[in-house]
Amino acid sequence: MNSTSTQFVPSRRMGIYEMVGVSGNFKENDYLDSSPSMIFEDTSDGTVGPSNKYDHVARKPADKVLRRLAQNREAARKSRLRKKAYVQKLESSKLRLIELTQELQRARRQGLYKGGELDYGLQGYSGITSPGIATFETGYGQWVEEQNRQVVELRKALQSSNGVTELQFFVNSGMRHYLDLFNMKAAAAKADVFYLMSGMWKTSAERYFSWIGGFRPSELLKVLIPHLEPLSDEQRWEVNNLRQSCQQAEDALSQGMDKLHQIIAETVCDGLLDEGNYLPQLAAAMEKLEPLVRFVNQADHLRRETLQLISRILDIHQAARGLLALGEYFQRLRALSSLWASRPREPA
Amino acid sequence: MDRVRKLASEKGVLIFSKSTCCLCYAVHMLFKEIGIKPYVHEIDHDPEGKEIEKALLRMGCNGPVPAVFIGGELVGSTNEVMSLHLSGSLVQLLKPYQNLS
Repeated sequence: MNSTSTQFVPSRRMGIYEMVGVSGNFKENDYLDSSPSMIFEDTSDGTVGPSNKYDHVARKPADKVLRRLAQNREAARKSRLRKKAYVQKLESSKLRLIELTQELQRARRQGLYKGGELDYGLQGYSGITSPGIATFETGYGQWVEEQNRQVVELRKALQSSNGVTELQFFVNSGMRHYLDLFNMKAAAAKADVFYLMSGMWKTSAERYFSWIGGFRPSELLKVLIPHLEPLSDEQRWEVNNLRQSCQQAEDALSQGMDKLHQIIAETVCDGLLDEGNYLPQLAAAMEKLEPLVRFVNQADHLRRETLQLISRILDIHQAARGLLALGEYFQRLRALSSLWASRPREPA
Repeated sequence: MDRVRKLASEKGVLIFSKSTCCLCYAVHMLFKEIGIKPYVHEIDHDPEGKEIEKALLRMGCNGPVPAVFIGGELVGSTNEVMSLHLSGSLVQLLKPYQNLS
């Protein structure tokens, strides 16, 4: 019942005014100039109609009261509009933040900052816990930039007819560049082998192809081989043997990793639901995890050996084409990662 | 060390291993894949295990396990075995011992 509603009416009932205000058909002036009988108020049955409930308030001049009420309503309306504008601003800031975050990730992937994308889902932004890893990330970013430069140089050298010496130079730098990466990875494995194995330092598409902290050498051989043609019969035989041995070595290491996986799982789970502390199990698990560094080093050893062996089988032109194919392959994977990250998605 | 030399001379293809060592397991699997049945000696189950370990380290095996001997000669640890395999030399070395049960 609205018997003594000389006060400001609660917000729910202002809904109608708000709607009217926004539609723009109802002008502000109409409020202030209206006579008592023209004031629209929500009556008890929810409809809007003229009201004369101020008749009994005789102490103040009616129009002053009415004016104050109208001003209050107006202030409320403005307040609501301000709030709405503020919320809209917040929403667009949120979108802008998401956009900037994606740009940052893309830039990092291209090695413009530290190089390597940090997966926010894992440890949050400053997930880097060890200085060895920070060093590695910076180094890897520079490594990728340098590789991109080398790809350009190699392509130019192959297209020009400047002769073998130039090609040899670029092949040598290319090989040395990969060796540098293996050295960096060895240091990183000592600092944090989990980090290296996670592939967090790589882009998402590269990570998809990851095997024990890097690419499968047999897969890379598959990428290279078509571009090495024409191959002599002897070369073809040697290359195929290398690919097969590589595959076998990978399989053996994978089986070793599976066994380690099982052992760690069993160690961690030992005595679940028993009373008491689990620190002994975790200490045992930590000890059993140490061989992981050996595995990563072994996998990198395999990559390094495969690279060196194939370079010895090939002549200089083939080697140059192989290195170029490899470099372009990695570039495509990185580009794929960026594209994937920026693909249009449904709003959350 | 006598024990090591004795075992190496007796067994054509010998791997010194530890039952908990997964890299040893990997090397064993590689041999299996190329059709070899090596003799695997688990030094953690050997009462003289510590001495064997020291001897292997002295011989230059940095694992010290896995330590692979073929025809009585030390071939090396995982690195050496992998390198030999990639270059095709491992299969050559093992040819006389293939398909022996």
